[in-house]
Amino acid sequence: MIALAHGLDPAATAWMFVATALVLLMTPALGLFYAGLVRSKNTLNTFMMCLGALGVVTVSFALVGYSLAFSHGNGFVGGLHDVFLRHVSFAPRAGTHIPELLYFTYQAAFCIVTAALVSGAVVERMRYGTFLIFLVVWSIVVYPVLAHWVWGGGWLETRGTLDFAGGVPVEMASGFSAFAAAIVVGARKDYGRQALLPHNAMFVLLGAGLLWFGWFGFNGGSGFGTGRPDVLAFVNTLLAPACTLVVWFVLDLVRDRRVTAVGAATAVIVGCVGITPAAGYVSPLWAMLLGALAALPSYAFILRRARTRLDETLDVLAAHGLAGLFGILFIGFFAQAKWNGVADGLLYGHAAQLGDQALAVLAAPVYAFAVTFAVLRLLGLVMPLRAGEREESVGLDVAEHGEEAYASGEGAILIRPEDGVTPPVAVVPA
Amino acid sequence: MKLVIGIVRPERANDVLTALHRAEVRGLSITRVQGHGGELERVETYRGTTVKMSLSEKVRFEVAVSDDFVDTTIDALLEGARTGEVGDGKIFVMPLERAIRIRTGEADVAAVTPVGGS
Repeated sequence: MIALAHGLDPAATAWMFVATALVLLMTPALGLFYAGLVRSKNTLNTFMMCLGALGVVTVSFALVGYSLAFSHGNGFVGGLHDVFLRHVSFAPRAGTHIPELLYFTYQAAFCIVTAALVSGAVVERMRYGTFLIFLVVWSIVVYPVLAHWVWGGGWLETRGTLDFAGGVPVEMASGFSAFAAAIVVGARKDYGRQALLPHNAMFVLLGAGLLWFGWFGFNGGSGFGTGRPDVLAFVNTLLAPACTLVVWFVLDLVRDRRVTAVGAATAVIVGCVGITPAAGYVSPLWAMLLGALAALPSYAFILRRARTRLDETLDVLAAHGLAGLFGILFIGFFAQAKWNGVADGLLYGHAAQLGDQALAVLAAPVYAFAVTFAVLRLLGLVMPLRAGEREESVGLDVAEHGEEAYASGEGAILIRPEDGVTPPVAVVPA
Repeated sequence: MKLVIGIVRPERANDVLTALHRAEVRGLSITRVQGHGGELERVETYRGTTVKMSLSEKVRFEVAVSDDFVDTTIDALLEGARTGEVGDGKIFVMPLERAIRIRTGEADVAAVTPVGGS
């Protein structure tokens, strides 16, 4: 038998292996969710934006991001102690009983899915190469800074702001970054002129289902153990989104007398997002109230947004930014030391907690919005952000990737290597 | 009576519909078709297989109109479908021998005149 390193908890470590894989699944699940919501000619491109994050963000997070988020630094950002994973090994991560390597992998999966979320604002028109570069920059200058604020010893954590699984670095960061990205990249050329409809609602539902499944690792693993907060977070990940769904059904019924499937898929995401920051801090009953109430601002905002000129295409701001903000504030009212062993909220006599939560709600959106705005503006100076109008018409699957999601094969002529053809081939009209 | 057939780019189909609607041409049907009209061919690669896609997706409009409406219909198709690039499509006008509205049994010009129209 191999002796366990001092301070490691085998049960917690085993659970974190599973939780990490669950969180990793959320990125392809998001790819399905997003790909179903776009037009068929952009299916592959949309999914590839998520797959792109799995590639480049893993690299940037391993080389730089992890250190900036989680190594010792100042209140604003971590240091360079762990760049290239220099000192990350089998010893337990401080404050947990799991190997730091596993801790890193878990955090990397968070950064990947968060970066992929931002793509929802720019699908169907952004150039793929530029988007990959944006992912690299964003996952170094936005995500790690906000993760440091609440988890890496930053100023919010020091003040006592509570964020169980990522209301600040994941949900508000992606939502408000998406807001900025939609403004800088601009609307799709057909936006507001034509109805741009989801091409496969089944992908949307399947993606939402897999995201919810993965979210049990996302929230359930964020306590890094198998104790009370972990159980609470796991349970609340079922309860809150279920209540969001129910309220969403009612809102749909009242508005149009019909319950919609794409709406229901959205409700699952909104509920999961809402409970994310609060998962390990509020009682199951309050989690149900959180889920129910979280539906209201997002539902209203999605209806409103579609009538504006802001083409924040897949409503990342409404589903993640607003619901995450709501969850962070909810902790300030309903946190209960009896359940979480950490702190009470306003309702249980600790009003200061609400102040600390409000601080996060003010600071994180401003940082995410401003830095994303600046990054994209600068990128736009050195390379085109958007595909050309012609490419946008034809669809980015063919234009950017040379593939179609639904190729029929009719009229496809095999090109053999000896033909020596390089794309695109112009055929002169007879 | 004529049958006006317009074969257009799928991404322009909505513009054609809008233009026809504005021209008060109401009865029409569309089909998704594949065709080739001398435009740039796309080369796609799936793993090791490279193919030349010689057929492009098109949308085919069929509009049966009385003689007075032929030019209006053609103008609407031109307006909606034209991008100026090779591959914008074609318009064909064919004589139409008979037309019958199934619901009422009305024939010919009465059958191709929209309900409530002149």
